[in-house]
Amino acid sequence: MLRRASGLLARPILAARARPFSTDLPAAQTADATFVEAWKKVIPNMDPPKTPLSFMQPRPPTPSSIPSKLTVNFVLPYASELATKEVDMVIVPATTGQMGILPGHVATIAELKPGVLSVHEGSDVTKYFISSGFVFIHANSFADIIAVEAMPLDQIDASLVQKGLADFTQKLSSATTDLEKAEGQIGIDVHSALNSALTG
Amino acid sequence: MASNGAVPFWRAAGMTYITYSNICANLVRNCLKEPYKTEALTREKVHFSISKWTEGKPEKPTIRSDSPEE
Repeated sequence: MLRRASGLLARPILAARARPFSTDLPAAQTADATFVEAWKKVIPNMDPPKTPLSFMQPRPPTPSSIPSKLTVNFVLPYASELATKEVDMVIVPATTGQMGILPGHVATIAELKPGVLSVHEGSDVTKYFISSGFVFIHANSFADIIAVEAMPLDQIDASLVQKGLADFTQKLSSATTDLEKAEGQIGIDVHSALNSALTG
Repeated sequence: MASNGAVPFWRAAGMTYITYSNICANLVRNCLKEPYKTEALTREKVHFSISKWTEGKPEKPTIRSDSPEE
């Protein structure tokens, strides 16, 4: 009997996922109504288990007028640097250049290159160096910045950066295969970005 | 946005995004100042423990360390 219940568990969740993807989803319901009904038909005596939907916070809807603050989630694989922090603007190092994100920015997905992320809140500016990652800007003025490594600029050692830059310039000039050249080029890019972060 | 023709140099050299991103992260970690650097180096290691199951019982788990990709 319980095996049929797990079959039931699979089907309504698949049906819920068939919703067409849109950047402008309405606020999602917190309990899966079809699943609960189907469960009650088969097992009326037990309480239905919670589905992943009930654990998720519904996405805040897109307001009709542009909000005054941008809500930023800045996460790393091992820590959450900023969680739903309300700020005025963030500037991210996208591959297409420094991108400023203000409240009301159009929904965008941007890949990040090694560079400086600055968070502007009133007159405070907090800067982080990001190794690489992505930024997802949603239509409701929420920005999710995900990075593999990020740290405040004062944790970076300038002499190690110079040494790295020299090492990789040398490595690139002595590289033979495509892969070695690519690695050399990556090293140069990262270290020059670190350098301009420290001096700029 | 870049068209499909203009791939990034690392992809043209046969590297995947994950490898590129991990290399960038390792290089940045190596440029940290001292107390932060030792913490960061512990983050770099990825290891997982595998245990094979035979006849419904797990055997002794082995710990495998993922060495950084070339």
